[in-house]
Amino acid sequence: MFEEVATSKEGEQIINVGPQHPATHGVLHLIITLNGETIVNLEPNLGYIHRSIEKMCESLSYRQFIYTTSRMDYLAAHINNHACALTVEKAMQIEIPERAEVIRILVSELTRIASHELWWGAMAMDLGALSPFFYAFREREVITDIMEETCGARLTMNYMVPGGVMADIHPNFVKRVKDFIIQFKSRIDEYDQLVTGNIIFQNRMKNVGILSKEDAISYGTTGPTARGSGVSCDIRKIYPYSIYGKLQFDEVLETAGDSFARYLVRVKEMKQSISIIEQLIDNIPEGDFQAKTKAVLKLPKGEFYQRVETPRGELGVYIVSEGGTTPYRIKFRSPGFSNLSALNHMIKGHKIGDLVAVMGTLDLVIPDIDR
Amino acid sequence: MSFLKTYITEVYGAVKSLLTGMKLTGYYFTHPKEIITEEYPDNRLTLKMADRFRGEVVMKHDDNNEHACTGCSACELACPNGTIKIINKFEINAEGKKKKAIDAFVYHLELCTMCNLCIEACPTDAIKMAQTFEHSVYDRRLLTKQLNLPGSKIREGVE
Repeated sequence: MFEEVATSKEGEQIINVGPQHPATHGVLHLIITLNGETIVNLEPNLGYIHRSIEKMCESLSYRQFIYTTSRMDYLAAHINNHACALTVEKAMQIEIPERAEVIRILVSELTRIASHELWWGAMAMDLGALSPFFYAFREREVITDIMEETCGARLTMNYMVPGGVMADIHPNFVKRVKDFIIQFKSRIDEYDQLVTGNIIFQNRMKNVGILSKEDAISYGTTGPTARGSGVSCDIRKIYPYSIYGKLQFDEVLETAGDSFARYLVRVKEMKQSISIIEQLIDNIPEGDFQAKTKAVLKLPKGEFYQRVETPRGELGVYIVSEGGTTPYRIKFRSPGFSNLSALNHMIKGHKIGDLVAVMGTLDLVIPDIDR
Repeated sequence: MSFLKTYITEVYGAVKSLLTGMKLTGYYFTHPKEIITEEYPDNRLTLKMADRFRGEVVMKHDDNNEHACTGCSACELACPNGTIKIINKFEINAEGKKKKAIDAFVYHLELCTMCNLCIEACPTDAIKMAQTFEHSVYDRRLLTKQLNLPGSKIREGVE
């Protein structure tokens, strides 16, 4: 593969983009063939951050393997945990208390906002605007503080367990989330003021990295990447899991398919998440936060699959069980991997300066791509 | 003429969009009270971590240097990383019967991922998460800790 890549035609130049030190986090190596400043071909080179999570899971019990998935998509640890917990519950047919369901959705949507916040800041920073990063982190800090108080960790929470959640919400949770909603609603307008309307930003984003609807489907892209191209693919809407079926929210769709459309989808999704939180925060039912489960979980023999909507797209958890206490095989269908595969198609013919504008809107989290 | 008009409108729109952003930056520049930066480590004395913050596993001891760990190894089994190792011994009690008790509760902080599964698994509520977070040391052997204090013994009545 490398020989093929390394032999260039006349006038073409090959450059390597990306850090290669294994101790840095989120290492993505791109081999780019350039003609002048125009990108002819782009090949992602994965494997720098492979931790063989899927293989590790095979030796862990159904309670233990959930914590490793926090380390996949570390910006949406709750939602990864949720997917695993749902798969185990589906296999064992465990009924979840209503309170646990509501808490799960609340923290998941908070995570979604936090993840989009970080993406928004990092993306604007990639394009040369430094201050949005601090604005984004100001709001994200409030969410991580809420998470720290309720779940005990800021990033790798491990809060969802098969049967419910690990602990009841902190007494301050409802009040702090309500404060956050009021604060966030005024501040999301600041984002538009600061970045969305900015002429330099718009010129760099519009008509860059166009992904047509057909290509979005054929590359298997999901999440905001596909919804920016007009593909309806929100798992919360089309295959509702947990209590998403009972909630009122819109699936955000844009049809342009360029970087700016994907940007708009994510910013609008934050507003949708806030509306979901608003619907639930006053209606947390009383009751248990965890269903009674056996100390040792044994899944029946068979294959189980569950998918959820993470901030980056569709995450699938596939468990093959032989009836024991550990899975025979686990496969995660990560959203980032398929989204990254569309990058070569989107970037061909563009200038190298547009690379960050396109890569930024894919919202790549490398540990999620390379498990 | 229309070309000139479009050109001027575009330039006006562009300058306006830049100024809108600058206005916001200017607002926060002149209102430093809205800044929420925490100046760690200067605020170390007043910094309070959340009650549930998972810093490291510690064993609860009361004033009489007694703990509630029976040495059942539930935490050792629950741990995904092999962080906990319990070494048991047999004590002969007053009635002359052999009784299992912990000799050492060995905890490898360097392997721990703070997943809270051991605390969930403990049937006697003997261990808990401490809110410490400054764990760095110069020698990694210092990260392997014995959680039961020297001379401590199991509390009466804990089975």
